[in-house]
Amino acid sequence: MMLRVSERLRRLGAHVTGMVWRLGFATRFFVLILKHSGTSFRRFRLTVREMYFSGVQSLIIIVVSGLFVGMVLGLQGYDTLVRYGSSEALGVLVTLSLVRELGPVVAGLLFASRAGSAITAEIGLMKATEQLDAMEMMAVDPIARVVAPRFWAGVISMPLLAALFSAMGIFGGYLVGVRMIGVDEGSFWSQTKAAVSFSEDVLNGVIKSFVFGVAITWIAVFEGYDAPPTAEGVSGATTRTVVTASLWVLALDFVLTALMFRGN
Amino acid sequence: MMSRKTLDLWVGVFVAIGFGALLFLALKVANLSSFTGAGAYRISAKFDNIGGLKVRAPVKSSGVVVGRVREIHFDNQTFEAVVTMSIESQYQFPKDTSAKILTSGLLGEQFIGISAGGDSVNLKDGDSLKITQSAVVLENLISQFLYSKAANSGDKK
Repeated sequence: MMLRVSERLRRLGAHVTGMVWRLGFATRFFVLILKHSGTSFRRFRLTVREMYFSGVQSLIIIVVSGLFVGMVLGLQGYDTLVRYGSSEALGVLVTLSLVRELGPVVAGLLFASRAGSAITAEIGLMKATEQLDAMEMMAVDPIARVVAPRFWAGVISMPLLAALFSAMGIFGGYLVGVRMIGVDEGSFWSQTKAAVSFSEDVLNGVIKSFVFGVAITWIAVFEGYDAPPTAEGVSGATTRTVVTASLWVLALDFVLTALMFRGN
Repeated sequence: MMSRKTLDLWVGVFVAIGFGALLFLALKVANLSSFTGAGAYRISAKFDNIGGLKVRAPVKSSGVVVGRVREIHFDNQTFEAVVTMSIESQYQFPKDTSAKILTSGLLGEQFIGISAGGDSVNLKDGDSLKITQSAVVLENLISQFLYSKAANSGDKK
């Protein structure tokens, strides 16, 4: 009995130490990336190449899902607003929910599963096939050469993708609201313009998506770098990237929203 | 593996689209272009009760937005609310302009309506409006209505 209890306690302790160790390692890894990120700007081509993989290849999924999310918001929002006789406020509803929340958050979730998982799998496989070790042998720092460009590419791509998502969503809401249902086009745009402020809403959305970009790519490169060098390890790390990054996006979103929109 | 040129082209297209989307959000959707607060002058007004007026609420004259509420604070000397608003400098108003707090629709947001007076001197930066009318508080209105109802029914007996 006593032995079982102590065994349990030991396992709990090992679990906690492991978690703290990983957190510390992740933080040190982050500092290392920042320290070695000179290369990714001096040789910007490295970053551009990674932006192709994480940014350009996410374009389709962002554009299409943004459009559909906006169209659904248009339909659902109209359904509720028309009961209160304020269907012209549809533009405000669609725009504010997209720019403030859905744009950064959904784009972040999609980015985590589309680009984050790919980054983890790539770095994890490079580690498993000892490419990272080979680089180190050739006196090429793998963090400067492999990790930092991917990190910065993700950080740059994410705000652009989120802005694109919001813009496409607003366009989708416009298509459904104005073109399909027949809300007045003039009041759709003018009410939107009157209600949405650049510094309070659009800029805060950009800040959010930037923070999400840092969090997602950080988690992705860390999980890849930390992955056990086996097939199983890489697949586990990829799954962990998507789960952890998605949870962090949602948690950070709450924190940022609480900081930003303290209802005036 | 695709060539460097096509790769660069695609990344360029991606960045251009991304910034285009941001520009669309800034100019077409948000009111960055219309009102910046740069070419504006400030005036203040004292109200007994501002109701649910908030900072950034519009200031309208004849229904046209001419400015925004910048600041609201409580004056502990006169026990009144002091509302500072900035008016775009292209709109000039006489010195005896009056301000009242209005509600758009029955349950809509509150805004300040200002109506021009007849003075020949215009308002300057830092001036205050003398004639104001407070917000209509729905609860007071209802209680007044109930009291008058009660008084009427009392008369009939």
